[in-house]
This record gives sequence, structure tokens and C-alpha cells, in this order.
Amino acid sequence: MSSETKQILTTDGIPLEISLKKAERKNKIKAFLLVAPLLLFLIITYIFPIGEMFTRSIDDKMITNMLPKTFKSMETWDGKELPPEEVFASFLSDFKILVDKKEHGKLAQRLNKEKNGFNTITKKLFRLVKRNKIDETQSIKEQIMKVHKRWRNVEYWQAIKRTAPPYTSAKYLKAMDMYLNEDNKITQVSEDRRIHRILWLRTVEVAFFVTVFCFLMGYPIAHLLATLPMKYSNLLMICVLLPFWTSLLVRTASWMILLQQQGVVNDFFVMIGLVADDNRPEMMYNKVGTYVAMTQILLPFMVLPLYSVMKTISPSLMRAGKSLGGTPFVAFWKVYFPLTIPGIGAGCLLVFILAIGYYITPALVGGASGTLISNQIAYHMKTTLDWSFASAMGLMLLGGVLVIYWLYNKLVGVDNIKLG
Amino acid sequence: MSKNTEFVKFDKVDKSYDGKVLVVKDLNLNISEGEFITMLGPSGSGKTTCLMMLAGFETPTNGEIYLDTNPISNIPPHKRGIGMVFQNYALFPHMTVYENLAFPLRVRKVQKDEIDKKVDKALSMVSLSGFESRMPAQLSGGQQQRVAVARALVFDPAVVLMDEPLGALDKNLRESMQYEIKHIHENIGVTVVYVTHDQGEALTMSNRIAVFNDGKVQQLSSPDKLYEEPVNSFVAEFIGENNTFGGEVTDISKNVCKVKLQNGEILANPISVNSKGDKTTVSIRPERALINPKDKMDNNQTGKIEEVIYHGDHTRVRLDLLGNKEFILKVPNSSNELDLKLGNEIKVGWNSQDARALDPK
Repeated sequence: MSSETKQILTTDGIPLEISLKKAERKNKIKAFLLVAPLLLFLIITYIFPIGEMFTRSIDDKMITNMLPKTFKSMETWDGKELPPEEVFASFLSDFKILVDKKEHGKLAQRLNKEKNGFNTITKKLFRLVKRNKIDETQSIKEQIMKVHKRWRNVEYWQAIKRTAPPYTSAKYLKAMDMYLNEDNKITQVSEDRRIHRILWLRTVEVAFFVTVFCFLMGYPIAHLLATLPMKYSNLLMICVLLPFWTSLLVRTASWMILLQQQGVVNDFFVMIGLVADDNRPEMMYNKVGTYVAMTQILLPFMVLPLYSVMKTISPSLMRAGKSLGGTPFVAFWKVYFPLTIPGIGAGCLLVFILAIGYYITPALVGGASGTLISNQIAYHMKTTLDWSFASAMGLMLLGGVLVIYWLYNKLVGVDNIKLG
Repeated sequence: MSKNTEFVKFDKVDKSYDGKVLVVKDLNLNISEGEFITMLGPSGSGKTTCLMMLAGFETPTNGEIYLDTNPISNIPPHKRGIGMVFQNYALFPHMTVYENLAFPLRVRKVQKDEIDKKVDKALSMVSLSGFESRMPAQLSGGQQQRVAVARALVFDPAVVLMDEPLGALDKNLRESMQYEIKHIHENIGVTVVYVTHDQGEALTMSNRIAVFNDGKVQQLSSPDKLYEEPVNSFVAEFIGENNTFGGEVTDISKNVCKVKLQNGEILANPISVNSKGDKTTVSIRPERALINPKDKMDNNQTGKIEEVIYHGDHTRVRLDLLGNKEFILKVPNSSNELDLKLGNEIKVGWNSQDARALDPK
């Protein structure tokens, strides 16, 4: 049937669809030109850096480029016994080029990361090469093996082979306290070195509880804001927004003043006799400090979406619930609360996502037991300069957030979010 | 069956929100069982406040409200068992029509099959059977309105309050809903307290109307009495159309008084004037003044046509009569022979009985 339906024509005989497209094209171009700067901005400042982060996090080309001949000759090596003469020869020729370019140190450093002990034996080999002590006419394998007993150990050659691929998942595994062992199997690091997994769990835990605290405190505030007469609610709104106008650093610093052992809160507790003067509780440099400061800082992000949703709920709905026989609690729970779910969803999602990547506050008031994964990222960015590792963790964080978003969409539906 | 004439009783009720202004002043009102009573008045006259006090969302500042002889001021809204239809329906947007109607029954712990039966009955009463699974947003304004009415009735309350329930509907729908609500009331005999500012609505639906102004009931009577025999100039002005003359009583007997106007004199029916020299406002309904009257009338005047407005079924003629330039006449469309032209002089007559001398404005 549908194939038989006639194409609708305009009065001038042009097919209607084409005519419509033509008429709308100009507007579409205009609209696109309007958003084009923003699109460009997003590509430059968001899409591109994330792509860059990703390539950096899996990039392992350095050694691939340093030892091209070695890896070429290693292709036929099964990796069980010591490699054949050919591999040793190409390794030496690669190494000589590196020595000329003074890059052998980098090689040693990178290989040492893969397996401890490379530093020493690379240095020894370097000295030999420097003094031209290697006789190209003899078996190179024998000569190199004589430099140090580790060169006779197949494990070290296996380690070199493992660095061959230009891409690696090692950074991601490292962030999960795992690594690829000699047999290319994913293994956990020894128990005393598992630090990242604790940080991930703590980050999720802190973000979750901060979200819960923000919800518990923000819901009544938002309700009050939405129901008070205008002149009071404006004042209250300013109080809620005031922290927004203060620098994050200042707010965190003021929490430090309040929470430290000789701080205002502790002084007050001592004054009212709640705690003994010589037994002041530690409220900072641990999780408590992180919770308190983060909850206060993120509270507006919970209050505002809740408020904007509650504002639209007609007060007559609660009245209707009551007049129909529901107790105030039933009217609240069956009528009011379900209608605020879009706001709860938006607020919780916002607070959770912000909290999971929080950095300054835990760095300042968190102490050792209150630092989060973002502090670890910053540490690798600034101190160890292992940017690829930082990138990997950053991307994992981003992936986590996307997973949460996806879960939320499955459970509640993103269409239900209302930010204002 | 003798009906309780004091089923709902407002006893000396005052209400103030700020401690300075009384919104409701000394309200005494008895509502009998099964009655359809309308509180009519301009906005800010205190009628909605009265309704809210009855529903339990506001407490009287003074006085007491009795429901079936029990004082209810200290009973919270959910225990009063009063159904209410709100101005914007207040249907729960996240529940289906069925769930909306089942809500008052569920909180009363009614059995499931009993709920089904009652919801079915209530929906068929407002002719919305088959709409159980719709969401309120999928219904038209009129349908939402009916669901709201059904929800207020489904748990068999003794009293149903309606707060301007038809305010958001368009004119045609509003009129048909008026009849529908009236019929529902007649069929189930529930006591209805209805609040509106639309006098047409009040006149068509109610058994009795309480006209509110300035926190007080100005007149409480049946619709016809209210229209034909307003007791003061506010009611006369508020209900229907009205021609007024301000003047002074010069002579008064039992059934008739002479009122001296600025330029002229008319005979009127003394309602709230007692003696010579009283200031008064004389009110005459437009349809009571006739053009070229065949019968003898005790007031005969001549006026000049200022404006003629065509209204379909009738024509409104604005006259300059006895110094009142806003004197309105309603001429039925059937009287074709009249020569209604701008500037023409025509004769107008009315009986003194229809000219009510009320309190001065």
C-alpha cells in the first residue's frame, strides 16, 4: 500500500518533503553556525584532551622505537630458551645507536620498570660498548652473556620481549594493583603493595556517604525553601548559595580552623564538658574531616535541583492527599515524595559525580586515611611525573562515572532528571 | 426522613491571618443535610477561607464549626471525612486514574475487590468507565475535572467541598459540567459546599447561595430570591445586571416610596429605607423596564438611545435616562418593530415594585 501512496506535492509541483527541507535548510545552517563556536570549544578542550589522555595511558612506543631490529628478530623466537645469536646481534646494533644518541639510560630505566636488575646490566653493557670491547667477528651472544650472569637468564630476555607491543594495558592493571607476569597472565601484586584498590573503594564509599548526607540534609532545606513565603525563602536561598560565592580553598581552610584539635569545634566541646581537654577527638586529617567538609561544599548541588522540582509541586496535592484521608505521613510518602524523585535523581547524580572526583578538600583535610583516588592522580601528575598512569586512572574515573550514569538511566531514566 | 438542618454549622466564626485584618467576620451559617450550597463572592471576600476552615486546612481564629453536631476545629483534615475538589483538580500526576480514585479507599484499608467495585461505580457516575489506566496528563481538562469529582465522592463522604472546580474550563465545557455536577448531587444526595465567583454557575447549581463580601455573608437565600429580591445594593450589583439611581426619599408609605433624583422623581419599593430624608440607591433589573409599555406602569420616563449592541438572542440598548447614562435595556430579538437608532428618544416604563430602594452605595 505504502508504495502506492502518492507523493504529496506543493502548489508549485515540487515534492513537499524537498520543499520543506529547502525551507528549513537556511535555519539549520544558522542554528549550526550559532553552536559552532561551542562545538569547536568542546572539541578542543574536551574531546581532544580525553583522546590524548587515552593514547597516553596505553602508549608504550618508547622501547618499540628504541629496539626496532631486536623486536623484528625476536618475532621468530619462542621465548622458552635463550634467544638465538641473531637476536643478540640485532640487540647490540640497536643498543649502539642508543649509546650514540645517549638514550641508553632511558632504555635501562624503562626496562628496569618491567623487571628489576636491568639497570646494572645495561650499564655494564654500556661500558663495554663505549670502550669498543665487542668483537663483531666473534659470537655476539657469547660476549653479551659474559657481561653479566643476568644476560644469560632467559627471564630478562622475556622481559624485553614483553615490551615489544606499542600499546600496553599495564597502567590500567597497575591502577587495579595488578600486573602481567612472565607468562602474560594477570596477577595481583603482593598484599603489602595493594594501595590503589583501597583508594578506589574509599573514593566510592566517601562519594556514596557524602551523597547520602547531602540528601538527608538537603531534602528538608529544599522543602522549606519551596514552601516558605517569598521574603523568607529568598533569605534562606542566599544562605544556601553563600558557600558558592566563597572560594573553595577558603571554605576548606575555614573547615580546617574549625575542625583541628585546638580548633573551634573542639574548644566548644571541651567548654560544654562533652570531651576532656586532654582527650580531644581528631576530626581532621581523617575521613571525618573529608565527610564534613565535602558535605558542606556539595550541599547546594543537592538543594538546587530538589528545590526547582519541589517548587513546581502544587501545595494542593498534599492537601488533596490529606483531605482524602491520608495521614500527613502517608500524604507525604505516597504523593509528595514520588513527585520529587526527578530532583532526587538529579541531585544525587550531581553530588556523587562531583564527589567521586573531588581533590582539593580531601587533599587538605583528608590526611592519610582521607585521601581519594584523585589525590593519587594528582600525585602522579606532579610528583612522579608518570602521566600515563595518571591518565589511566583519570580515564577509569571517567568510565566509572559513565557506568553510574548508565545504571541510573536503566533504573530511573535520564529523562526523569530535572535540574531546573 | 427529617433532614438535619444544622448538618454543617458555622458558629460565630472569625478568621484573621495577620492579627490585624479579619478575613471572615462573625460567620453564622447553617447547612442542611443533602443541600447544595454555594459561597459566592468576589475574590478576597473570604469564601475560600471558609471552605478551607471547613476542610481543616485553616483553623478559625474564633468560634467553632460543627459537623453533624460535633465540633471539628481540633480534628485534623484527614480525619474529617470531607471530600474536596480543588481548583486545579490536584490529581496525583504520578498515579493512574484508578490509583487516584483508589487512594482514599486504600488509606482506609478497604478490601481490594471492594475498592474495584467502588472505583468502577464512581467512574461510571462521571461517565469515564474504561479510563482506569490513563494518567491524568493524558486526559482533557473536562475529564480531569470529572476524575477529581469522582475521587472526592468515591469514599462516600458526608460533605463534599468544591473550590472553584470549573474555573479552568472553557465556557461550553463549564456549562455542561455544571449540569453534570448538579445531576450527580441530585442522584446521590450528598451535601455540597461549592465556592465560586461566577454568579451564573451559582444560580444554575445551588439550592441556596451565600453571597460573601468583605468577610460577611450579605445574603443567604435561594437563587431566584437572590436575583429577584436582593437585600442590599452589593447583592443587587453583584448578581446579574442592574440599573441604579442614587437619590433621597421624599415620601414613604408601606409599599411605595418617592425618591428624588438629581433630575426627576421615581416611585420605588422601600426595602432598606425607613423614613423621609434617607439616602438610597434604587435598583431596577434591565428586563423589568419595558419599552413603550402597553400596560399602565407607575413609572414612565423618556430616554435617549446612546448605544445599541447586538448580542444575538437579544439587543442591549444603553440609554440616557434621568441623568443616568448607563441605563441598560434588554430587547428580545423578537420585537422587530422597534426603531432602535442612535439618538432616538424612546419611552420606558416600570413598576414601582421592581424598583427596589436599597442602602446607598
